[in-house]
Amino acid sequence: MEKLRYERPVIKKLETGMPNKFGLRTEYAPMTHIDGVAVKKLIEDYGSPLYVISESTIRSTYKKAKKAFSTRYPKVQFAWSYKTNYLNAVCNVFHQEGSWAEVVSGFEYEKAIRNGVDGKKIIFNGPDKTADDLRKAIQNESLIHIDHLDELYTILELTEELEKRPKVAIRVNMDTGIYPMWDRFGFNYENGQAWDALNKIMRSGKLELMGLHCHIGTFMLTASAYAVAAGKLADLAIGIQEKYNHSIKYIDLGGGFASKNTLKGAYLPGSDTNPTFDDFAEAISTTLLNCNFRNNELPLLILETGRALIDDAGYLLGTVIANKRTSMGKRTTILDIGVNLLFTAFWYDHKITPAQPFTHYTETTQLFGPLCMNIDVVRENIDLPLLNKGDHLVVHQIGAYNMTQWMQFITLRPNIVMIDMESKVHLVRENEKIESITNHERMPEHLKNFEL
Amino acid sequence: MKINKNIAISDSGFVFNPVNGESFSVNPIGAEIIDMMKTEKSYEEIHKTLISKYNADEATIEKDYFDFVGLLKQHNLIDNNEEA
Repeated sequence: MEKLRYERPVIKKLETGMPNKFGLRTEYAPMTHIDGVAVKKLIEDYGSPLYVISESTIRSTYKKAKKAFSTRYPKVQFAWSYKTNYLNAVCNVFHQEGSWAEVVSGFEYEKAIRNGVDGKKIIFNGPDKTADDLRKAIQNESLIHIDHLDELYTILELTEELEKRPKVAIRVNMDTGIYPMWDRFGFNYENGQAWDALNKIMRSGKLELMGLHCHIGTFMLTASAYAVAAGKLADLAIGIQEKYNHSIKYIDLGGGFASKNTLKGAYLPGSDTNPTFDDFAEAISTTLLNCNFRNNELPLLILETGRALIDDAGYLLGTVIANKRTSMGKRTTILDIGVNLLFTAFWYDHKITPAQPFTHYTETTQLFGPLCMNIDVVRENIDLPLLNKGDHLVVHQIGAYNMTQWMQFITLRPNIVMIDMESKVHLVRENEKIESITNHERMPEHLKNFEL
Repeated sequence: MKINKNIAISDSGFVFNPVNGESFSVNPIGAEIIDMMKTEKSYEEIHKTLISKYNADEATIEKDYFDFVGLLKQHNLIDNNEEA
């Protein structure tokens, strides 16, 4: 006789009270396939844990964002935010779709150049640009977004030696009515720092002022703050036109658009409440179109959104290591996915689904990672089916930051695969071996031997 | 180890403890274990029955059985005067 499918026994106390209208739904439905490829097969072939990137989701999300803006504003350009996910394969999907590159370090700049991005289509942001970085960017005619006066003076010095006219913009910070106000980057709008920097640039006569840039925050839950930002940048642009008879070429509103993830403490899922690309596009485009730009002098609108473009395309597959109970009897499950690989677990309640079918019985579970560290918590509370050791799970919407802010801590980093448009699987980053770490170490001669 | 005799359990997995009025939901295999405990079957007998019926290894069944019994104790469904 064929044996029945096993499910571990569980008993759950029935609590009476008001139903929780804000509760997130229980994820019974398994995710057995990603873009037509079986999760089980992916883990068999590439190990667990495993990052999976969906090329088709990247492309469809990008198209959705592009459409939202280009149907409302005549000149729109996206620039892929390298820090969000600088895997070359991911960057090149965005470049194939038409994105420029937006980088914030010499390392990222070099990556973009090696990926084949034309230097003129690289936006160089960030507070840390060395003289060598700036020299390279000036020679390549990249768009340098100046963060502070020290950088401005370094660029002016470099013009003496390079005989090139650097293409620059300034980053402007401002009060857009949101908290916290990001005023550590760039020059402040309200107190006149921005005008001071613009006057220095225009009066130097050595720099080509191409645009104005701002980046007002991260995971913005209101689109209206972008309308304020667009209005203030437009005010500066029109002021420059009036004062210096100089038309800037672009306004860059940076990134910070929220993805559909759910922030910890949110009552409702992010997929229901966070602004859409259309919301952001409407706020920005309407403001710019209503500003008094001269005829035919509407600036190019540049967007550097990263998170909202890539989060949905990333999955992290993992396996149950063990089930335990706390001293109070609460179910805890240990996964091979920890905060070393899922940095965003610190601020999101990630959607996590089983990768194989279960019955509708569930248990409220706390999910821990494999690290021998108390902070390694993937979800504090989640209703999950009755998982057993060896069962697989899928963590959703992890494409942003996890593959750049990950930690090589306690253990090594796993493979990353990309599923292409024809459901073919490509290894896009090999898992680390012990040599990946130890090859960079050097042992002083006197420490080579010991006796215990 | 004895389950409280007056516990009521329905076919659909609804468990009621008349001593304190608490009610519970149990999955089919859990209900099966409670039923066997009510007829005072030993752990060895219960283990053997589950092994022959379900597609799981001995260690998993043993581990999950004791986890389940721990839950029954926590919910005061096991006669605490009995030694485990």
